[in-house]
Amino acid sequence: MDNNDIREIIQQNIKKKSHFSDRVMPKFFLFMALISVVITFGIVYTLIFDSIKFFSQVPIREVFSTNLSPLSREPSFGFLPLLNGTFLTTIIAMLVAVPVGMAAAIYLSQFASPRLRKVLKPVLEVLAGIPTIVYGFFAYSFVTPLLMRLIPSLGAKNVLSPGIVMGIMIIPMVASLSEDAMNAVPTIMKEGAMGLGSTRLETTTKVIIPASISGIVASIVLAVSRAIGETMIVTIASGSSKNFTFDITQSMQTMTAYIVEFTSGDAGSGTVGYYSLYAVGLILFVFTLGMNLIAQHIARKYREEY
Amino acid sequence: MRDRNTEDFVFEEEVYSMNEKIKKPVKSQVTFNKNRISRRIFLNNSAKHLFSLSTVFAMVVLGILLYQIVSGSIGWLDWQFLTSNLSIFPEKAGIKGAIIGTLFLMMIVIPVTLVLGVATAIYLEEYANEGRIQRLIKINISNLASVPSVIFGLLGLTVFSRMLSLGSSILAGGLTMSLLVLPIVVVAAQEALRSVPGFLREASYGMGADKWTTIWRVVLPVSIPGILTGAILAISRAIGETAPLVVLGIPTLIMKIPSGIMDDFTVMPIQIYYWTLDTVLTPEYAYLASATIVVLLVTLFVLNSVAIIIRNKFQKTF
Repeated sequence: MDNNDIREIIQQNIKKKSHFSDRVMPKFFLFMALISVVITFGIVYTLIFDSIKFFSQVPIREVFSTNLSPLSREPSFGFLPLLNGTFLTTIIAMLVAVPVGMAAAIYLSQFASPRLRKVLKPVLEVLAGIPTIVYGFFAYSFVTPLLMRLIPSLGAKNVLSPGIVMGIMIIPMVASLSEDAMNAVPTIMKEGAMGLGSTRLETTTKVIIPASISGIVASIVLAVSRAIGETMIVTIASGSSKNFTFDITQSMQTMTAYIVEFTSGDAGSGTVGYYSLYAVGLILFVFTLGMNLIAQHIARKYREEY
Repeated sequence: MRDRNTEDFVFEEEVYSMNEKIKKPVKSQVTFNKNRISRRIFLNNSAKHLFSLSTVFAMVVLGILLYQIVSGSIGWLDWQFLTSNLSIFPEKAGIKGAIIGTLFLMMIVIPVTLVLGVATAIYLEEYANEGRIQRLIKINISNLASVPSVIFGLLGLTVFSRMLSLGSSILAGGLTMSLLVLPIVVVAAQEALRSVPGFLREASYGMGADKWTTIWRVVLPVSIPGILTGAILAISRAIGETAPLVVLGIPTLIMKIPSGIMDDFTVMPIQIYYWTLDTVLTPEYAYLASATIVVLLVTLFVLNSVAIIIRNKFQKTF
């Protein structure tokens, strides 16, 4: 008898025995596992259910206007200022996170010696483990005053400073996901390129990056999703001005900050303002879920198999 | 195979020579060009320095952040700060309530996430057959991990605070937080279960144990270090998370120390949030926020060190 025969006998014995525990336990664990699915449906249900109440009371043309004044006597719910604030902070964050994160990923995976890498990676992970509220405090009490010296017209609350700090927060994420993608490129390809006389830079730009581009793009898409959903930094440092403007030295409100402002304030349950929370939440949810699905799709579909 | 390779090679050679006939003769690519090589090496080295600089940039920012916060907390972070109640006077204010609130919150988060997370992982790794339900749960967990934390706050606000009328109690906050960190525990537990070698299970079955006994007595004990590491990471995420609790509507100033899970509470991140917002009125609050951040970061650092020690020390290799 070789190993496989024994394995087969074991499998048969497992099937033969029908202990009580073997009949009940799978169902019990399935039930526990399905709770996570129930949570997701709970999220979708609460968001859609209350959003419907919002959209039935507010005309769709108003939603796409630039006038957002939820607490005034004649409230108006134009979400464009929120979308604008979210996208501006996200773009600034990406302008910081993508170049620096990619450079760090290339350095760690292609240039750094193994010993150096062993030191640098944990430090990046520390950066990733710092709570976002700490970054918010840092943006508001250090980066904003620092930028004010360079740009005198900068407001105490503005979009630039939280954008930059958010980018710094996302650097480790871009770096570590891109590095994973680059390390997954087979060593043979790298050695082949270097054997032909390429420098490390040429190997990276002509072999490693093209071969791992799906993972790199996926990491950037995930970073965008993270930036869109980031809350505390923007709530603290970019303020609650609901103006529609492209001036990044001014205060703007993001979707996430709107939710925080409105819930910690006193929007009574049942008012249009209260339901607007869920409408904004739904938009936010759709954006981040969409980004996440796109990232998964890119990583799966365009992955090169070697 | 060898012949084909040679043919390919010859083919390429011909194309090259044909090109040469058509175009005017170019300088051979093979000639040793000193300038070109030194330019390439120069490019390579400058790129290397640029890349290392951006890595260093991240480190420098981390250094500045820590320096700013620690220097802000000096003189404010003392025993009195840790053991006093909140106060509107900055000199008297302390974070005893926030620390106790955090402990209470963990009393909910730890059992709920461990039970739910490990059970989900056991189902996915041990019981589930490849199929629709398994795929649904897997996709669901990876997407749940990417939902912004404010959205979890909205869920908690609707379901726990209003539907079950738990208000902004520790129970409501703890349940909301548990859902938020659940994916972390599930993924870690899955990896831990997967790394249990097959021969251990087979030995257990060979001794006549049934599946559940095997899981309970063999698989779970072996994978405990991995599960614990994941649980600690989840806890440190829950300790630092602010947004869901703010959305639940935790009041600004809580003087009372919570004594049960139905009481209102505050935690360190919330305290940092309100103090940072109020620095406009009382500049000293910035120091209080710094001191709280130091306490928070030290807590997280200790937790993560414990996780690393557990991972390195107790993880058996087979």
